[in-house]
Amino acid sequence: MTLTTPVTSGGPPGTEPGTALIEARDLTVRFGKVTALDGLDLVAPPGEVLAILGPNGAGKTTFVRTIATLVAPTSGTLAVRGHDVVCHPLAVRRQIGLAGQYAAVEPTMTGRENLVMTARLFGHPGPDADRAASVVIDQLGLEEVADRRCGTYSGGQRRRLDLGAGLVGAPRLLLLDEPTTGLDPAGRGEVWGAVRALVAAGTDVVLTTHYLDEANELADHVVVIDHGKTVASGALGDIKAGIGQDVIEVAVADPARLEQVGQILVRVTSRPPRLDRSGRRARASTTEGASDLGAVIQGLSDAAIAVDEIGLRRPTLDEVFLAVTGAGTGAGAGAGTGAGTGAGK
Amino acid sequence: MTAQMIARPVEAPGATRASAEIARRALRKYFRTPGLFAMGLVQASLFLFCFRYVFGGAVTTGARSYVYYLVPGYVATIVLFTGGGIAVAVADDRAQGFTDRLLSLPVPRRALVIGRAIADASTNAWSICATVAFGFLFGFRLEGGAQAALAALGLCLVYGVVFTFVFMVMGLVAPNVQAAQGMSMIAFVFAFISSTYVPVDSMPGWLQAFARYQPVTPMVDAVRAALIGSSSDVGLALVWSALLIGIFGPIAVLRYRYA
Repeated sequence: MTLTTPVTSGGPPGTEPGTALIEARDLTVRFGKVTALDGLDLVAPPGEVLAILGPNGAGKTTFVRTIATLVAPTSGTLAVRGHDVVCHPLAVRRQIGLAGQYAAVEPTMTGRENLVMTARLFGHPGPDADRAASVVIDQLGLEEVADRRCGTYSGGQRRRLDLGAGLVGAPRLLLLDEPTTGLDPAGRGEVWGAVRALVAAGTDVVLTTHYLDEANELADHVVVIDHGKTVASGALGDIKAGIGQDVIEVAVADPARLEQVGQILVRVTSRPPRLDRSGRRARASTTEGASDLGAVIQGLSDAAIAVDEIGLRRPTLDEVFLAVTGAGTGAGAGAGTGAGTGAGK
Repeated sequence: MTAQMIARPVEAPGATRASAEIARRALRKYFRTPGLFAMGLVQASLFLFCFRYVFGGAVTTGARSYVYYLVPGYVATIVLFTGGGIAVAVADDRAQGFTDRLLSLPVPRRALVIGRAIADASTNAWSICATVAFGFLFGFRLEGGAQAALAALGLCLVYGVVFTFVFMVMGLVAPNVQAAQGMSMIAFVFAFISSTYVPVDSMPGWLQAFARYQPVTPMVDAVRAALIGSSSDVGLALVWSALLIGIFGPIAVLRYRYA
């Protein structure tokens, strides 16, 4: 079974080739001996939020930096809304707003000063820059802290300001490189809320993340990359459907009986179950959803195992991610486990 | 959320406007970080004090007081001491992702370099004035008149721009902030093995060759000459300045363009 949706040049019907939001063809970026992107192909239609998923070191950040004209392709082509990043970098820069992995704002300046500066550097004349800054402050809910030096901001406020700095030039495309890495849940919620509002207002967004729940929350279209290549691409539902399997998940009352549950799952589904001891959960993929579920319930009842919760569900992105990047990847497995708690809600 | 929209800018900013904006930010950072501008003053006063009253007595510079030798030398080379801060600031901007933010904007690359140079010329003028004020406390007097003083100040500002470009390149090629700091130490070699603090004649012969022909000595000599109203020694200093700007300015711009 292949999960890689063939990438066609057209995007959805009505989108002409060349007007894709992003179009990468055999894109390769090398830094000395390190190959960060290895013949990446990707077409993202406009009007959707694209999430680029992948383990650490997969090439996500390099890809965003290449879109932002900060890194030049070694070979292959990349166009942003039809503008080639090598031939017309200035045109690309006028289309994009970048909010990086690091909060790239000047800590000795206030939030407003940072936004006004960035707006002017986008090309807004003085009064327009002041107005753009005010609009963004309003939009991102930064009114109360706007005139404080941003060195004093909380993590979430600072990320929102960083996002705002990407927005004051009214970009067609906002690039978010791991927008919530290192934030606490409240901070992540703040950033997610802000991104949703922007999307609702019509800004196209490309974001990278290794939090699967983040892609789940925000994106319409997901591209999974690993080792610099696209390994899966498509609508979120399609990728999940591509796995073709539902998941039976059992939460037991007594963790000592988890192994036993695992054995029942193997017997019924003939697939290796994943046991989560701290969560007292066991899960296994199944192709025979309902009938397998019945058999598992029967087995649990015969063995007199007390169950807190049992269910049949679609795979989470964690599971998809592990399936498409291969569970053997150390980093992939790590990212899957790390995000497991978040996606489990 | 309001339904207000931001209009898209009609065109990308020109080099002048972008340079001004980048200079403004660098100046704000400088004057809002007490460690940067206050420590500069403390350092300048301590340095002058030590050379004037501790080492100065052992240096023979002719009939006049050593302070007349010291102050012109020190103000001419002040950037060699404060310039480490330029290399560090440039490297830090790269490390923090601030440079990425600027490079992702439709800003002419030369504006990043010119803006920084404008900011540093301004902070440099401030350091020079502060240092001369300390010099007055320690017995230095401007004897050549206002015109001579302005000529000397002009030369010092030119040197400031020259070394700003050199330090900027250090900050742009250094792999991290600490390395930038370390690289900037090389400036001390040029500051000390020159006519800045002691006459070159007092050094051992093998060292004199370096001291006499490296760029800092003619620069310092030119400031001393300008202060007494003689312009005869200025040519070589200006040639060195033009040469160094011509080399390091474009390197800095290219480093930003292909960062």
